[in-house]
Amino acid sequence: MVRVKQKQIAELVSLGKRLDGRGLTDYREIQLEVGVAGRAEGSARVRLGKTEVMVGTKIELGEPFPDVPDKGVLTVNAELVPLASPTFEPGPPKEDSIELARVVDRGVRESKMIALEELCVEPGKKVFIVFVDVYVLNHDGNLIDASALAALAALLNTKMFKYEVKEGEIKVKPGYTPLPVKNYPIAVTFAKINDKLIVDPWLEEEQVMDARITITTDKDGKICAVQKGGYGHFTTQQILEAAKIAKEKAEELRKLVVKG
Amino acid sequence: MSQKKPEKSIDENDVRLDGRGLNDLRPIKIEVGVLGNADGSAYIEQGKNKILAAVYGPKEAHPKHLAIPDRALLRCRYHMAPFSVEERKSPAPSRREVELSKVIREALEPAVFVEYYPRTSIDLFIEVLQADGGTRGAAITAASLALADAGIPMRGLVAACAAGKVEGRLVLDLNDIEDKGGEADVPLAWMPNLNAITLLQMDGSLTIDEFEQVVNMAVEGCKKIHGLQKETLKAKYVAVKEEVEE
Amino acid sequence: MMNLPTFYERREIVTPGDLLAEDDYVAGDNTYKEDGKIYAMRVGLVEYDDRKVFVVALKAFYVPSVGDIVIGKVVEVGLGAWIIDIRAPYPALLRASDALNRPFKPQRDDMPSILDVGDLVMAKIVAYDRTRAPLLSIREPDLGKVERGQIVEITPTKIPRVIGRKGSMVTMLKQETNCQITVGQNGVILVSGRSPKGEQLAVMAIRKIDEEAHTSGLTDRVTQMVRSEKRGVEHASEEI
Repeated sequence: MVRVKQKQIAELVSLGKRLDGRGLTDYREIQLEVGVAGRAEGSARVRLGKTEVMVGTKIELGEPFPDVPDKGVLTVNAELVPLASPTFEPGPPKEDSIELARVVDRGVRESKMIALEELCVEPGKKVFIVFVDVYVLNHDGNLIDASALAALAALLNTKMFKYEVKEGEIKVKPGYTPLPVKNYPIAVTFAKINDKLIVDPWLEEEQVMDARITITTDKDGKICAVQKGGYGHFTTQQILEAAKIAKEKAEELRKLVVKG
Repeated sequence: MSQKKPEKSIDENDVRLDGRGLNDLRPIKIEVGVLGNADGSAYIEQGKNKILAAVYGPKEAHPKHLAIPDRALLRCRYHMAPFSVEERKSPAPSRREVELSKVIREALEPAVFVEYYPRTSIDLFIEVLQADGGTRGAAITAASLALADAGIPMRGLVAACAAGKVEGRLVLDLNDIEDKGGEADVPLAWMPNLNAITLLQMDGSLTIDEFEQVVNMAVEGCKKIHGLQKETLKAKYVAVKEEVEE
Repeated sequence: MMNLPTFYERREIVTPGDLLAEDDYVAGDNTYKEDGKIYAMRVGLVEYDDRKVFVVALKAFYVPSVGDIVIGKVVEVGLGAWIIDIRAPYPALLRASDALNRPFKPQRDDMPSILDVGDLVMAKIVAYDRTRAPLLSIREPDLGKVERGQIVEITPTKIPRVIGRKGSMVTMLKQETNCQITVGQNGVILVSGRSPKGEQLAVMAIRKIDEEAHTSGLTDRVTQMVRSEKRGVEHASEEI
């Protein structure tokens, strides 16, 4: 990015302003659609400004982990597909996509969003495996929040087939049941520029920032995941300030996804 | 075969299974200059953790297209030996190791004057030989010393540890059992010079107040570890000095 | 002159990030200044000199400086130039035209016959800036391919100790061991004597200096060690 613009962004932030006119703690416009991928058990697409992420969920039957024989399995994967950005290259997942997947996973898992104990079909033998696949379609900054929001919406949209166990065999019954969801984690990411915290950095702000911090809170306002990223640093006060703002912003965002 | 979880990790008197108080670090032993070929190295034992850190560089960046024109490229590989954990771990890098390599690198880079060596690379290798929870903290503590041991100019040292919540109580420096069975784990890296946090992660569930307390506990733990780091760096030279200057 | 406040005693061992002085002091070698405070950048001995505070690093790699004499190893024979490892973050370049003292003629001149991979060469750094590889020259007398002798590699920051005040240490070593000792600023020292025992002794002494460079009374101790080793050897009637 051109150095002059870098300076411009940084100077504006010092004055409490942003290039696109937003306040320091404002999100870009958010558009959310669910049920966009017909072959997935659940899906959602989030547009956060120009950042676009699609999440699809698939449910399969499989074996549980040996040390947790009576719980279903959650696995989150993320792909930064090459068409989303000139900086994404085809090939095996690199650290950025792995970090993205693991941060989204942490929010879902640590908030105990999915009642995994209700996904057990036959203890030790058969459980439901919930695959959450995050597909980044356009990178214009803050992939974490967009992905986490889309994952939440996709999981809420997810339907599992009904079944009964007859003579040791699993038989599919007609009808669907929604995935048992108990919590609604929301990730809020801040960028630090010139010692100021800004919420929902877009791409050019990310290129200028010293560091970022993501704080995921659940429906009770408890923190369930934190991830600092980037080569800069934060003071303890900045972290705590971010935590308080994250809790408020999460409540706002949650209303977009969870009706009623 | 998985370990059988004991009934309780902390008793009614706030004494942990390994005899520690809630705010006690595990015993730590660190040494620098332990590897002959590396430009800098350090070995740490923290409780049952045994971790080796080695630095090569600054040297010409290879492949050349990775070289950065105005600074050194800091690369980090966090890797666990297959025999480091109870159930053999495949030598291939796991997703966890990839993520940890990234956050460890990001924790240390603020401390290194990378702008002094354009077009070079500084390669940091971390090998976990035995793991018992909190390996990324111990790894950062050792890696920091390996960088200093290599003579790489630094703003300061980086110390790291984790704090969290186990059985309702806030504790410092969780071992593996406490981490797996506990309610929250917060790894944190601290740079005393900048008075700042360079690594911060969390998984679990904490109220904002608990989070604040846990972060402060971890910072205090890091300050103690920082003191040990300084002693370790000086130790070799102090010993020789005392020996010869009778 | 009033002593400005300092945080350490002279020649105390400091570590990166240690606060050495404030405000009116000037940041010297291996220190940096931020917000009016001066911190150490490397592990070493802190020194206060008038208004300047600096650290004599106990461990640091060599950073090329124009005018330095260095000893390096040829790692690659390129077209028209050799690439030389001088134990610095950047490999150095020695042009064939410099060795030949005339332009290099690819058809006629066979570079490996002048200097081949693995050869040691003593050279002077004639150009260096951060955007280009350090450039070497062997034009001056005594420079060029190293034909014989042993190499000792030590931390470059300890070279001044090997040389000693006004050359006192290295002169003593040369006399006592009967060796030619050439000190490269990049921490590589060439020892070449008539007898292998003499060379061994010189190497031993240099290693001792490397280990104890941060202590006082070093010159005396090294001299003592060298002399007592010599006595031991001469007893076995071998000549040094």
